[in-house]
This record gives sequence, structure tokens and C-alpha cells, in this order.
Amino acid sequence: MNISTSLRAGPDGKGHFGEFGGRYVAETLMPLILELEAAYTEAKADPAFHAELDDLLKHYVGRPSPLYFAERLTDELKGAKIYLKRDELNHTGAHKINNCIGQILLARRMGKTRIIAETGAGQHGVATATVAARFGLPCTIYMGARDIERQAPNVFRMKLLGAEVKAVESGSRTLKDAMNEALRDWVTNVHDTFYIIGTAAGPHPYPELVRDFQTVIGKEARAQILEREGRLPDLLVAAIGGGSNAIGLFHPFLDDEGVRIVGIEAAGRGLDTEEHAASLAGGRAGVLHGNKTMLLQDEDGQITEAHSISAGLDYPGIGPEHAWLNAIGRVEYQSATDTEALEGFQLLCRTEGIIPALEPSHAIAAVARIAPTMGKDQIIIANLCGRGDKDIFTVAEALGVKM
Amino acid sequence: MTDRLSARFAACAAQGRAALVTFVTAGDPDLATSAEILAALPGAGADVIEIGMPFTDPMADGPAIQRGNLRSLGSGTTLKAVLAMVKAFREGDTQTPIVLMGYFNPILSFGPERFAVEARAAGIDGCIVVDLPPEEAGELAPALAAHGLHLVRLATPTTDAHRLPTVLDGASGFLYYVAVAGVTGANSAAAADVAAAVARLKAATSLPIAVGFGVREPAQAAAIAVHADAVVVGSAIVDAIGAAAEARANDIPARVAAQVAALAQAVRTARHEAAGVGAGQENAA
Repeated sequence: MNISTSLRAGPDGKGHFGEFGGRYVAETLMPLILELEAAYTEAKADPAFHAELDDLLKHYVGRPSPLYFAERLTDELKGAKIYLKRDELNHTGAHKINNCIGQILLARRMGKTRIIAETGAGQHGVATATVAARFGLPCTIYMGARDIERQAPNVFRMKLLGAEVKAVESGSRTLKDAMNEALRDWVTNVHDTFYIIGTAAGPHPYPELVRDFQTVIGKEARAQILEREGRLPDLLVAAIGGGSNAIGLFHPFLDDEGVRIVGIEAAGRGLDTEEHAASLAGGRAGVLHGNKTMLLQDEDGQITEAHSISAGLDYPGIGPEHAWLNAIGRVEYQSATDTEALEGFQLLCRTEGIIPALEPSHAIAAVARIAPTMGKDQIIIANLCGRGDKDIFTVAEALGVKM
Repeated sequence: MTDRLSARFAACAAQGRAALVTFVTAGDPDLATSAEILAALPGAGADVIEIGMPFTDPMADGPAIQRGNLRSLGSGTTLKAVLAMVKAFREGDTQTPIVLMGYFNPILSFGPERFAVEARAAGIDGCIVVDLPPEEAGELAPALAAHGLHLVRLATPTTDAHRLPTVLDGASGFLYYVAVAGVTGANSAAAADVAAAVARLKAATSLPIAVGFGVREPAQAAAIAVHADAVVVGSAIVDAIGAAAEARANDIPARVAAQVAALAQAVRTARHEAAGVGAGQENAA
């Protein structure tokens, strides 16, 4: 591949990554989107903003997260050396907090006094409720009624943190419907409300700013692997729903031609069924939730329901930068089924004493598939973007264990 | 080209009254009933008809129109069927302007050029695409313009003096003023706020101003009709269709026609009544 200019320069001035991205929102929201863009541009150039963000990431979130050499997993798979980026050790147990800290600092800068968010698995909802509590702002979280059923521990966490959790009963009652409802709230409460979007999707500038706040993962991993191994990795692997943990790891490496990058979509019950969440493998370009991206949709442009055992990956779209990286071929996108993810989940529990969330279990499943085909002198970094405590009930049910 | 929209607005203005714009979702509760409702609207007093193209994820709509969308999709409505329904309507009515309203993805999926060609052939006059702001309109606007279709722009309470020129640049047909920041069918705006907004917009454009969102009752419609060139009523009609469908009523078109007739009566007499009341007050003073 010929990389003549940096792949890290996007989006363009209108928020496009190639043909993807953009600002497809109701006119009521356009002035707010433009105001947010201006505020973010200003914040990016302000050393005081970065100083406060860095301080919170270090002392409140617990960064940098370790880059851990998974010795027994490596021995078991008999291939490349596997490192895990331990973002599950962050405060609140997932990478989501990196972005929430950044966005709530922006909200405060803009004088907003009320926070809303959507959540799928509940990790982003917990992270948002956490920062809202930390900064003393009232917070409403929209969550699909079906997700509320399968993520009860996170619902309780959000309530403990003082958030109001609103069950969304429309549509498929999952993440996409929660996002519709959050957008409806935002358009109704334009003057005081800041919408903390949880993934690198939505109208510009969200894909850019969420990515920027998550690139702390990749920046740390790059420095850490250079320190440990004296060279860059051969392969990066991360799971993708909307794709914020993946773009956070990948982005600082996009211009490193020797680094192979693989994103893992959720194949649910299989790509040959209609029950999956692989919008790159099984979707086509369309417009939803403020951006143009790859979407699961029927022939009439109606959005179809996604399926994954992981509530955090159960979304019919993907961040626009991933859609673009797929289109230009810089990042390779594969998938893992529910069954493979469950195997990855158990593999990591057994070999490393780490209970991963079901989302990164998809990445572990891909590592288990790819590592044995690589040489022992090669290096993989996989993003362990969340811990699995929230998923033990789902896993028990899938394994036929009664708790 | 014959421009049904401009002709209709001009005719209403000549009569010294506002136009009534009624919204129904195509295929709600099913295509056959929907076609009958459509055919009944002009006789009941609808001056312009807005037809919602159903979408699974209507992010700018409140519960009433969300449910209307789901009823329609549940009965199997496609964009192709919506266009065919309008084509059939045109066989009996060549004068009432029809504006399609919806979200961009079904149009993008259909293909903007193909959409423009087939919409024009079906007798459609313009489109409102809720999630296609001026910044992204380049994918659809040229195709619509090439086939003589209006792309109607929206102004809202958040459209300030800085934003308004962007909204008006390329606006055609009429300007849709979203009276409240929110989703369809929610709260209604205060008449004084609407009057001020319409005056502000009229100073910036010669396009007719239609005001919608939160207009449910004849009295509310009349209060807006005093100031605006047109009043849009949507959720109240869609709610009534939903209630009638739930009750398995077999006279849904007649019920809708009665509701629209009451709205039309209020809109048509609004300025006269307002002038009368105003004169009365003056006399009393």
C-alpha cells in the first residue's frame, strides 16, 4: 500500500472521512453541532484543557493502563507474543471513561448544566454517570429495555451514581433506539443539555472528538511496546461495535506501514444468518444517527436489527472512520461469532486470570485464531477494553449454568 | 413548469388567508386506507398535503409519528409503494400540492436521481428531508432541482441571524418554521413567539412561511394562521388515525376528513376573526 499522505489527518472541514461521516441532523441541532465544533477546536488549542484532562486521566481514571505480556495465553496459542492493553483496569472497568472525562470537561467549558447519554451494555452509561457525579451535574441515561434486562448490574450502578435511567421501549429496544431517544431529548433541551455520545460515531465533530479522547490508548501502547520490545508490534487487534476502543488503539499506528491492523465485528449467530452486528461485512452505506456509514439495512433503506451476545456490540452501524479505513483497505475487518467470543472469554479466564467483557472477548477470539499462524518473534497487541463482571449472568446463561 | 406549490400559496394569499398543510404517514395504518385518507383530504380543506415516508428510526419525531411509521412499515409500505400511491391520487387531483417528508436513508438507498425522476413522474411537488441540513444537501438537491422538485428547508427557534442565510441559501417552495425546539407532537409554541419568528423570517425571505410542530387543535391553528402563510398539522391527525385503527374503525377516512374540516374552518376564518376581535377591542377602548 502506498501511503503518500498521513491517514491520521481526517476528517476534513465538514467532518467527512472519504465518503463517510458528515452532519446529518435536524436543523434544530445544527447550530449546537457547530457550537460544539467551535468549542472543541478552542479546547484542543488550550494547554489548560489538556492539563486538566491529563491530571484526571492519571489520578481519577488511573492511567496509564498497563501493557501486559500475556505469557500463558502466548504459550497456549504457540505463536506470536501477545500483549494486552489493560483498559479494563480503568476506573469504572472499561475504556469508556477516557472519552467521558474529555466530554464533560467540554460540557463545563460550554456552560452546559445537564448531561444525557445513550448506552448499550451500560459501560458508557456508567462512565457518564460517574463523570456527572464527579462534576456535580444531573444526568439522564437512555438505555434499551432489552439491554436493561441483560445488564442489570450496570443499571444499578448508574442509579447508585445518581443518574436517572430511562428505559427505551421503541424499535428493537437496544442501543440504536436509545440513541434515537437521546437525540430526541437533546433536540428538546437544546439550551442547557450536553449529549455525551459514547462511541466514535454520530454527527461531526463527535467521531473526531471521541477518537481523540480514546487515542490515549494507542499513544500509551505505542510508547509502552517501544520501551518493552524496542520496536512496533506486527499486529493490533480490537473489537468493534461503534468502534471507539478500536479507533483509540489503531489511530496512532495508522501511518506505521509495517503494523497490520485488524478490527473484529460481532458475527452473532453467524454472518450467514440475519442475526449479527457486522455492518461492514453485511451492510451497505447509509445515513443514521447523524453520520453516513456502513449500516445493516434492508433493500428499502430501513434499518435492520443487529444481534450480538454482547450488548455493547449490538448496533447496526459503525463509526465513519472505520467505514473509511475499511474502504481504503488500511484496516482489515474480520468477525467473531457469539460462540467464538464465549470461547475467547473462557480462554482468557483460564490462562491469565482475567475475566474480560464480552466485547473484547471477540478480540481474544480473533487473537486465538491468528496468533498460531504467526512466528514466535512476532508481536500482537490486543485491546482489553472492558472487564467482564457485568457479563457473568449472560455467560452463565449461555453456558447453561444456573446461578 | 407548472408549480402547484407556488400557485396554491398565491391563491390562498389572494383570498387573504393562510393555507392548511396536513401531514399523514403513507401506509398508515395500511396502504389502502391511507390512499382513501389522501383522497379525502383536499375536499376536507387541506390546501397542501405532506406525506410522511416511513422510516424505522424517525429521530426527530415524537411518539405519535413514530407509531405511525411503525404501523406503516408493519403493513409492508415501501418507498416505491408511496410513490405509486401518489401517482394514483394524481389521477383524481391535479391541483393539490404534495410534499414528501422523511429521512434521508430510504432516499439514498433508492438512489437520489432515481428518486427525483420517479417522484416527479408520480406528481410530487417537493421534499422535506429532516436529517439533511444544507451542509449535506449536495447529495440530493441537484437531482431534485433538475427534475423541478422543491427541497423545502427548515428554520427553528435555534436558527439565529448567523445561521439563517445558510438555511435560506437554496431554499425553495416554502420555508418550514419548526415552532418549538423538540420533536413532532410535543409542546406548542406561544402565539406571540410564533408571530415574532414569522416576522423575522419574512424580513429575510420572500418564500411563504409554514409553521408546524405542536399544532393540534383548531384554536391553535387559527392563532398561527393569523401570522403565518401556512399552518402544518401532523401528530394530531396521526394520533387520530392510530386511535381509530386500534379501535378497528372502518370509517377512518371520514373521521380524518371531519378533523381536517374543523382545522380548515379555523384556519380560513382566523384573520377575519382576529380583525373582528381587534376592532371590537378598539371600540371598547
